Amino acid sequence: MDRFHEKEISGCGILGIMDQKGKRFSGGDIVAGIASMRERANGLGGGFAAYGIYPEHKRDWCFHMMFENKSAMVQTEEYLRENYKIVKDGIIPTREDRSIKYRPLLWRYFLQHKEEKTKLHYDLTEKDFVIKTVMEINTKIPGAFVASSGRNMGVFKGVGYPEDIGRFYKLEEYEAYIWTAHGRFPTNTVGWWGGAHPFGLLDWSVVHNGEISSYGINKRFLLNYGYVCAFFTDTEVMTYLFDLLVRKHGLSFEVVADILAAPFWDDIERQPQGRGELLRTLRIAYGSALVNGPFSVIVANSSTMVGLNDRIKLRPLVAATSENRLYIASEESAIREVCPRPNRVWMPKAGEPVIGRLIEV
Amino acid sequence: MKKIIIREEYCMGCRLCEVHCLVQHSKTKNIIKAYKGEYPKPIPRIIVEEKGYVSFALQCRHCEDGPCLEACITGAMYRDKKTGAILLNEDKCIGCWMCIMVCPFGVISRNGEGKKIASKCDLCMGEKVPICVKNCPNEAIVYEEKK
Amino acid sequence: MAKRPLPTEFIIERDEEKCIACQACVRMCSNDVHSYDPETDTVSSDSAKCVGCHFCETLCPTGALVIRRNPSEFKLNANWNAEVIKNITRQAETGGMLLTGMGCDKPYPIYWDYILLNASQVTNPSIDPLREPMELRTYIGRKPDKIEIQITNSKSQISNYKLQTSIPPQLKLETPILFSAMSYGSISLNACKSLAKAAREVGTFYNTGEGGLHRELYKYSANTIVQVASGRFGVHREYLEAAAAIEIKIGQGAKPGIGGHLPGEKVSEEISQTRMIPVGTDALSPAPHHDIYSIEDLRQLIFALKEATRYKKPVGVKISAVHNVAPIASGIVRAGADFVAIDGLRGGTGAAPTVVRDNVGIPTELAIAVVDQRLREEGIRNQASLIAAGGIRSSSDVIKAIALGADAVYIGTASLVAMGCSLCQRCYTGKCNWGIATQDPYLTKRLNPDIGTRRLVNLLRAWSLEIKEMLGGMGINAIESLRGNREQLRGVGLSDTDLKLLGIKPAGEAW
Repeated sequence: MDRFHEKEISGCGILGIMDQKGKRFSGGDIVAGIASMRERANGLGGGFAAYGIYPEHKRDWCFHMMFENKSAMVQTEEYLRENYKIVKDGIIPTREDRSIKYRPLLWRYFLQHKEEKTKLHYDLTEKDFVIKTVMEINTKIPGAFVASSGRNMGVFKGVGYPEDIGRFYKLEEYEAYIWTAHGRFPTNTVGWWGGAHPFGLLDWSVVHNGEISSYGINKRFLLNYGYVCAFFTDTEVMTYLFDLLVRKHGLSFEVVADILAAPFWDDIERQPQGRGELLRTLRIAYGSALVNGPFSVIVANSSTMVGLNDRIKLRPLVAATSENRLYIASEESAIREVCPRPNRVWMPKAGEPVIGRLIEV
Repeated sequence: MKKIIIREEYCMGCRLCEVHCLVQHSKTKNIIKAYKGEYPKPIPRIIVEEKGYVSFALQCRHCEDGPCLEACITGAMYRDKKTGAILLNEDKCIGCWMCIMVCPFGVISRNGEGKKIASKCDLCMGEKVPICVKNCPNEAIVYEEKK
Repeated sequence: MAKRPLPTEFIIERDEEKCIACQACVRMCSNDVHSYDPETDTVSSDSAKCVGCHFCETLCPTGALVIRRNPSEFKLNANWNAEVIKNITRQAETGGMLLTGMGCDKPYPIYWDYILLNASQVTNPSIDPLREPMELRTYIGRKPDKIEIQITNSKSQISNYKLQTSIPPQLKLETPILFSAMSYGSISLNACKSLAKAAREVGTFYNTGEGGLHRELYKYSANTIVQVASGRFGVHREYLEAAAAIEIKIGQGAKPGIGGHLPGEKVSEEISQTRMIPVGTDALSPAPHHDIYSIEDLRQLIFALKEATRYKKPVGVKISAVHNVAPIASGIVRAGADFVAIDGLRGGTGAAPTVVRDNVGIPTELAIAVVDQRLREEGIRNQASLIAAGGIRSSSDVIKAIALGADAVYIGTASLVAMGCSLCQRCYTGKCNWGIATQDPYLTKRLNPDIGTRRLVNLLRAWSLEIKEMLGGMGINAIESLRGNREQLRGVGLSDTDLKLLGIKPAGEAW
């Protein structure tokens, strides 16, 4: 797995399902949905993110790891033992599937912070500490990759069609209140397991269909705030942008949509005074975070699922609601595969976010 | 009536207006032949006045009350009804040069080569824009409605 | 000893068949090259005096004149070429510094010509600028690190958001191109008026240079950046209040390390009044500002100007590109500058010692790349806008400068060429036949500001259209997505070190 290869450029299919009341449901639906979009993938990458799957370990950080070889696993475990308390660990259960070849070692660890470490790194929040350790494993331990690092959630991905990956990971046995899925059609060299979507960091997961023309500057903008884009993927940039703008800068998803898919100056000028001033200021301050180029993306964290298009909608995105469920997909057929008669189906406009939030019960 | 407006702050004194006016009123309308071959040698109707660094191109102002019209004894000087310009019918002109004497601007010239007549600006009848205006490199003369 | 006549630079070929002896050339040449002999009714030319400005050639109504470079009459010598021999001869005669005008003309590598641009295909659609919006609007000024928003009620709709952060003052540009600093004095008032009017029409800005602001130009205040240079010529209260922004000139690309120079020949009555110096004296700006001997002094001046203008205008700094340009720029940003203009090796001037112009400084391309990278590494890139200057010749240079990291570019030489300049490099004589770099009233008439404005507006419009085409080709529809986006550039024929300094990949490498 050569990870420092060229940046991935991919056309794909994406799907997200959320139960806004927090009622968990099996992974069977999401696998069926993404399977209907098989033509959008080419078998070189598929993956899922699931939220709410480890209720007994709600407070623990769960690292889903991929190891190329035993030595990577040994080094990582040593690192994790040094920095965390390992509450539980074990193999990620899988079933045999002919179409999934060359699988790495798949292991998961449930972790808690060690007091002496939090004291030592007093200038970092707990979340930033997690990010720091994830970056270190990914960049410094050869052959080791952290697929997800959130709480009560996990990313399941690899090289293969998404429905095969879903079967491989036995996703029908998990229950989650948010499921997102992705099928990849990369145009460069052989996919590697870590490069499939979703990209996971903390409890963020991002599935992305697109190619960012502004990658070069988005990457450098993030560098200004301490994020190093080590994986040459657009999805990584998306994830960090959301982490920076939502978590660190405290902006709402609606505002973030107006930054990443900024409206045109002409439209801004037509807005009423207060809103126009806000949009203008956002664009002036966050111009380097504008994501140019086609994209449709589904971003999720523990309480929200957001779908967003680029500012001139060059990739498809459809949304639907049915009772408490919110569906976001590249194609309506994928939604109807899972939910034949939704209450409402619509095409979000360019730059208009679709936001699903957990209704507090 | 559209007139030639002078903007002396932009006149360079290059006298290209004189050159092009001469060519326009020549028989061959070819610059090299007009200067080197034609007899009688045509003369320009536009005159560049200069003093120090101030210069400007002056031509017939087509006055509303042109004294040249009254002074002309043969009626060769007449006002063109359509454009309002004052024109000279060279066939009728006998070269008495009274118009030259009365013109307050001094923009009528003595044309002595060949048949002796007077010569003045005719706004390049037949052209959309007078040739001097068209060829001034610095737009020091423009053709506009006089306000 | 016999004094060797200097070899002529140009030879004037007059086609006798075509010459009609209209004497336009005789009247127009400020160097008295052509003369008319009434006895023979012919015009003849003294090529020795010709500076190669091509004014006579342009005006000649029959196209009878061609100006050619005169091949050197010395034996061919790659090392001791004609120019070197000529320079030494002149210095032996005069004992003075040799002056010249415009920008460095030596064949140092031009990096713009070794950088190529991307276009999107298949995986990412290119965008058609004729049918889709393509945004070039740029804001120059300090940008905040983050924006605070207060939500006024529980509903998360954006109409309930109240902006808490106010952004510092910005300059709004409709296209990322500004007119570079050219002082009233080095160029004529008509040239200044053309720049000012064009800036207003296009929606950008022009720079007064260190010549002060002429009365007649105050009406263009909204589009004026005023300069506070080491000589502080014309700097008074009204000057600062008239500006849209203030630029402290520490250096310029044509002559890093020395101050501006206006030869006495060009100091007329009006110049004297605008600059507040006696008529006919050389206006030699001091090399440093005598109140800026270190970075903290600069900070003091920046804030003095901000206080004087009540923090309502951006205050920036212009420096030349020298070896330490990256740490210097970083210091300037931390000193409070809202924008930093970096003028590279090829920057132009009205008068400079030739030896300084041609040997001091580094190319703009490298300077912008290293400054942008350094500011980002230090996490302060958003605190000041970067303006690239010095040898921007076309819209492709503009795009490459922005992709390397500049927010906008200054054009100086290009604007003069648009107004007629043919780079004869004799600006310091004050005899510019095109009426641009002169104060002689015979000559300044020749630049009609209406025409000058029109040509400048055309230039900017043409370049903006080309920029939009190239942006659309890259799959980008807003210029801020290109700024600093080095992934859109590739180098060809560059060494590894050059590629590293510019921060770009070699052509052939994918993302």
